[in-house]
Amino acid sequence: MGRMNGLVLSLGALGFGILYLPIIIMIIFSFNAGKLVSVWSGASLKWYAGLLENDQLLSAFGTSLLIALWAATIATIFGICIAVAFVRFGNFRSRLALSAIASAPLVMPEIVTGLSMLLLFISMESLFGWPSGRGVDTIIIAHATFGMCFAAVVIQARLRDFDMAIEEAAADLGATQPFIFLSITLPVIAPAIVAAWLLAFTLSFDDLVIASFVSGPGSSTLPIVIFSKVRLGVTPEINALATVMIVVVAVAVIGASWAIRRRLSSRDQN
Amino acid sequence: MVRGMAKYLVNLPAVTGRRLVIALPLIWLAVFFFLPLIETLQVSFTSARRGIPPYEPLWGIGDDGFFTNFTTGNYALLLQYWSDYFGPAFNSIKLAFFSTLVCLIFAYPMSWWIARSNEKWRTILLVLVMLPFWTSSLLRIYALIGLLNPNGFINAAGLWLGLIDAPIQMMQTDFSIYMGMVLTYLPLMILPLYAVMVRLDADLLDAAADLGGSGMQIFRTIILPLTLPGIIAGSLLVFIPAVGEFVIPALLGGPDQLMMGKVLWTEFFRNRDWPVASAIAMLLLAILTVPIIYARYQDGRDTVAEMPNPKRAEAG
Repeated sequence: MGRMNGLVLSLGALGFGILYLPIIIMIIFSFNAGKLVSVWSGASLKWYAGLLENDQLLSAFGTSLLIALWAATIATIFGICIAVAFVRFGNFRSRLALSAIASAPLVMPEIVTGLSMLLLFISMESLFGWPSGRGVDTIIIAHATFGMCFAAVVIQARLRDFDMAIEEAAADLGATQPFIFLSITLPVIAPAIVAAWLLAFTLSFDDLVIASFVSGPGSSTLPIVIFSKVRLGVTPEINALATVMIVVVAVAVIGASWAIRRRLSSRDQN
Repeated sequence: MVRGMAKYLVNLPAVTGRRLVIALPLIWLAVFFFLPLIETLQVSFTSARRGIPPYEPLWGIGDDGFFTNFTTGNYALLLQYWSDYFGPAFNSIKLAFFSTLVCLIFAYPMSWWIARSNEKWRTILLVLVMLPFWTSSLLRIYALIGLLNPNGFINAAGLWLGLIDAPIQMMQTDFSIYMGMVLTYLPLMILPLYAVMVRLDADLLDAAADLGGSGMQIFRTIILPLTLPGIIAGSLLVFIPAVGEFVIPALLGGPDQLMMGKVLWTEFFRNRDWPVASAIAMLLLAILTVPIIYARYQDGRDTVAEMPNPKRAEAG
């Protein structure tokens, strides 16, 4: 710490301040009895109670949850395929094509992805009659598509570190490739698979732009509802909702990193 | 011959399995990612109409045989109303560029702080960086509105403390855009910077100091060149999505902070001119081609191979 001077520390602290001040103020004022995020008019839980009675927000939450569960699961399965192909299959013929098409969604602006997916769904509908209209299924497809590319990056990193000697030993002892993959490789890369699934879930659950394009009537996700409410002005119920969501994520992230640390340190001791 | 066939049959599941592992994601991404871009390119060359869908088919086979509705009118429109479309394009690049710069100014000392801390503090600080990354950016921008509004927290606190006489206009300015960008993209700048800084050999800095190098000299000749890959990687991770950003200019910006994402959104949802929206999408892609190809090239050099893995950074 000795090498650090005041400028580094103060800029760094300011950076953390910018990240956290809005969230902290919002959490505090979610317990405010008044409507304003500036005047404290007594503590109250009424916005939280209002949240439980807001059918629109609750049903949007359910829709988002359903979409994110499906999208993350599809994305993770395909992400495993992409990662295995890149790390294990050497120079296969379509490697360049797969690497280009699997990394482009990572840098594609959401607004372009959303618009182009919608245009595809519409022309597919007129050609094959599927998908008929837009709804939960088209959002799942769209979210799974960009989610799998992020999932692949996370799994790939873990697969690269993997000690091939274990698999070779199993193969020498006569195990078949699918058996080796299911009983050795998969358990070893399990933490990365969980991380990839969580990342794909978060990306889907938080997405506003792509879902706005490919959603249909009756399939409004939580971000879509929040966005339309926020556009009309500050609504204290959103403060309460945001607080709940941020606390859930914070507990999950802190718990996960604590568990990882514990696992790592217990492994070091053995 | 028979032995060869037997060998082929034994290996068959592995070979077709391998093909399937490659083909499944390749076909999915070709259909749901590549084809849509081709379709957008096609729609950008047709004309709008009243109906469902609200554009003419680019080509087809009708009663009189092959027909086409090819037109460059949408791009001509972009050029004709130059200031309405290219103005926001330049604005997007300008705002994204300075947002990247502001992110770098904060992320560089933050990453240095994290990389030079002891192991316990490093984990805590990294979790603090990653936490916002896992929470909805829409909600964080919403929280920022509560802070910057004319009747928001900062103005109320300033008035109460007597620092200001009247509320300052912070929303719908470049300032609110930069705040939103920093809030959203700061973690993406910190992770690659941290990754290069944590590998920086402390002995190198000690040696330079022992030999009489001043702080500025050490920074310029050792730290800056060695952390340059992190600076480049982080800048690309911030700049590319920032150019196409929609939520930040829509919620925090005013009429002077028009960005391409917002213009595309308006053409699509309000004006329902899908061909022009598609042409704007193509313009956006054209602008981003250079940084995207440069990012792929950087990625290929493996300098940032482990960078987009938040979980690993989190595990320290």
